[in-house]
Amino acid sequence: MTSTNKVAAFESARNKPEDWNRPPIIEPDGEGELLEVAMGPHHPSTHGVFRMDIALDGERVIRLKPVFGYLHRNHEKIGESISYLASMPFTDRLDYICSLTNNWAYALAVEKLTGQEVPERAQYLRVILAELTRIQNHASAIGFLLQEMGASGTPLMYAFREREKILDLFEGLTGSRMMCNYMRFGGCRVDASAAWLDEARKVVAGLPGFVDEIDRLLCSNEILMARCQGVGILRPELAINAGVTGPMLRASGINYDIRKVDHYGIYDRFQFRVPLGDHWDVYDRFMIRMLEMRESIGILEQALKDIPGGPVMDPKAKIRGFRPKPGEAYGRIEAPKGELGFYLISDGGPNPYRYRVRPPSLINLTVLEDMCLGQNVADVVLIFGSVDIVLGEVDR
Amino acid sequence: MKTMEEIKAAIDAALPGAVLEIVPNPSPSGQRSLRLAPSHAFQVAKFLRDELSFDFLSNATGVDWPDKEISEKVKVARTVTKTVDGVEQAVEESVEETRKRVEPGCLEAVYHLFSIALGQGPLVIRMRTVNRTDEVELPSLTPIWRSADFQEREIFDLFGIVFTGHPDLRRLLMWDGFKDHPMRRDYVEPDDFEYEPTAHDEVLARAQAHRAAQSASPAGQEGTVSGE
Repeated sequence: MTSTNKVAAFESARNKPEDWNRPPIIEPDGEGELLEVAMGPHHPSTHGVFRMDIALDGERVIRLKPVFGYLHRNHEKIGESISYLASMPFTDRLDYICSLTNNWAYALAVEKLTGQEVPERAQYLRVILAELTRIQNHASAIGFLLQEMGASGTPLMYAFREREKILDLFEGLTGSRMMCNYMRFGGCRVDASAAWLDEARKVVAGLPGFVDEIDRLLCSNEILMARCQGVGILRPELAINAGVTGPMLRASGINYDIRKVDHYGIYDRFQFRVPLGDHWDVYDRFMIRMLEMRESIGILEQALKDIPGGPVMDPKAKIRGFRPKPGEAYGRIEAPKGELGFYLISDGGPNPYRYRVRPPSLINLTVLEDMCLGQNVADVVLIFGSVDIVLGEVDR
Repeated sequence: MKTMEEIKAAIDAALPGAVLEIVPNPSPSGQRSLRLAPSHAFQVAKFLRDELSFDFLSNATGVDWPDKEISEKVKVARTVTKTVDGVEQAVEESVEETRKRVEPGCLEAVYHLFSIALGQGPLVIRMRTVNRTDEVELPSLTPIWRSADFQEREIFDLFGIVFTGHPDLRRLLMWDGFKDHPMRRDYVEPDDFEYEPTAHDEVLARAQAHRAAQSASPAGQEGTVSGE
């Protein structure tokens, strides 16, 4: 039985939900011996310190166990020992590529806990910054994926050139390129000047050209198609059951975008479409990110056109030293990597009693073994790259 | 979206004997939760997934509720010997006494469910262990929602809840030989502190205490780097 047939055999045998709680077991072919490889923690394709213990039968992966914790700093314990506001800069360090969406998710959870309202202008600024974050995250995710495929340099540098413009915008508004620490409970820290908004409009006007360029460079590239199509298939039923979210879930054909489902912030005011995959493979995940960048540009154009004047912070909002009523709240947003949630329990004190981060990067890795089994070891790097994780969030 | 009462009624009708309790939430978020008895939790979870289409388990986490010492004032009737008019007499008197009562703690697992099929959620379900020391088993929901896999491992690692029925219950973030559970409220960091030049007084004090403890115990000497 060839390896592809074997994958098809266990895939068809796994249509019962009872079998979803563990990855399938592949028997070695019986010739030669198994090779056990510890891929990582310093493998350049792991985006940080992450290890996969792989058992290989020839070149075929028959077992893969991810090992976490190299970057563990117990973020949640730190969050419980400091005040609500003091956690805000720490959330930047979770997924350090997308600090602004982390800020928003945390601010949203605390606003649910305290019942604060957010002014209009702050809502628009949040949307603008979140979509800029999504574009630069997807661009660099695509760049890294191509880097791991062997397209050394060019696509990643194209993505970073554009990312640099967006990071300059972040620096102009928040004072920091990556550790932005910008959102507050009930608004945003500082207002955006008219000059900043003009600059943002200029950058956004240049983005469609960049996406077109990447499109021409990559989408119909023969090597990319040969390496990505049909590799790392994730069935939609398993994707839902395993809690996969974000572009990965939509690449498996499930129409679930929290911006559309929850309408958090003001996302119900914008026109945008949710791209879906229908082959469920690495190429779809790559393509979904390309299409989401285009939709994000559309949202940005609408938001930058409609942004109203007014305050960015509720003047009566208490930012520091407040004590929420005892109770709990779970707030979640559609972060570029998936559903980022914060679960807070208050006991009436100035610190959260329980502070929990629902990390999309970690939970999307649940299916890593299922996607890699039966594939060649060179494809593990690609499949892993298509999940798009950041270790600061996986290990917390 | 069904209300919590409707969901509870549906479960009660389908699974008689499942002990359910709606936990109120006074905060403005208003997210109430459903507390399940661990004995029936697996069946209830299966019912929620298959019949009420809560197909997506988003978040699973633990909460530690340590033993709480509650002091309350109680009026107690006591017989007191008093000298009244030169004669000793036994007099009944009501005295206010402060009594201390220990409310036993527990570990709690909290799950946030959503329905992708119906676009509903969150439904919060929670389970409690008997205590925090020896009876810390809860049924694992990983066979129902695979997304609980790593998250239950993390709860086991950081809180010490043992999930029976989990296919691969190992530590997730801490290393295998690690003994304690760092997210518990009474966790004490091990004293492996090393001196670093710093302007923070409390760090300096800790470094000094650590060095004093090291030089007092001969076992501490083993920790010094050879060649020093």
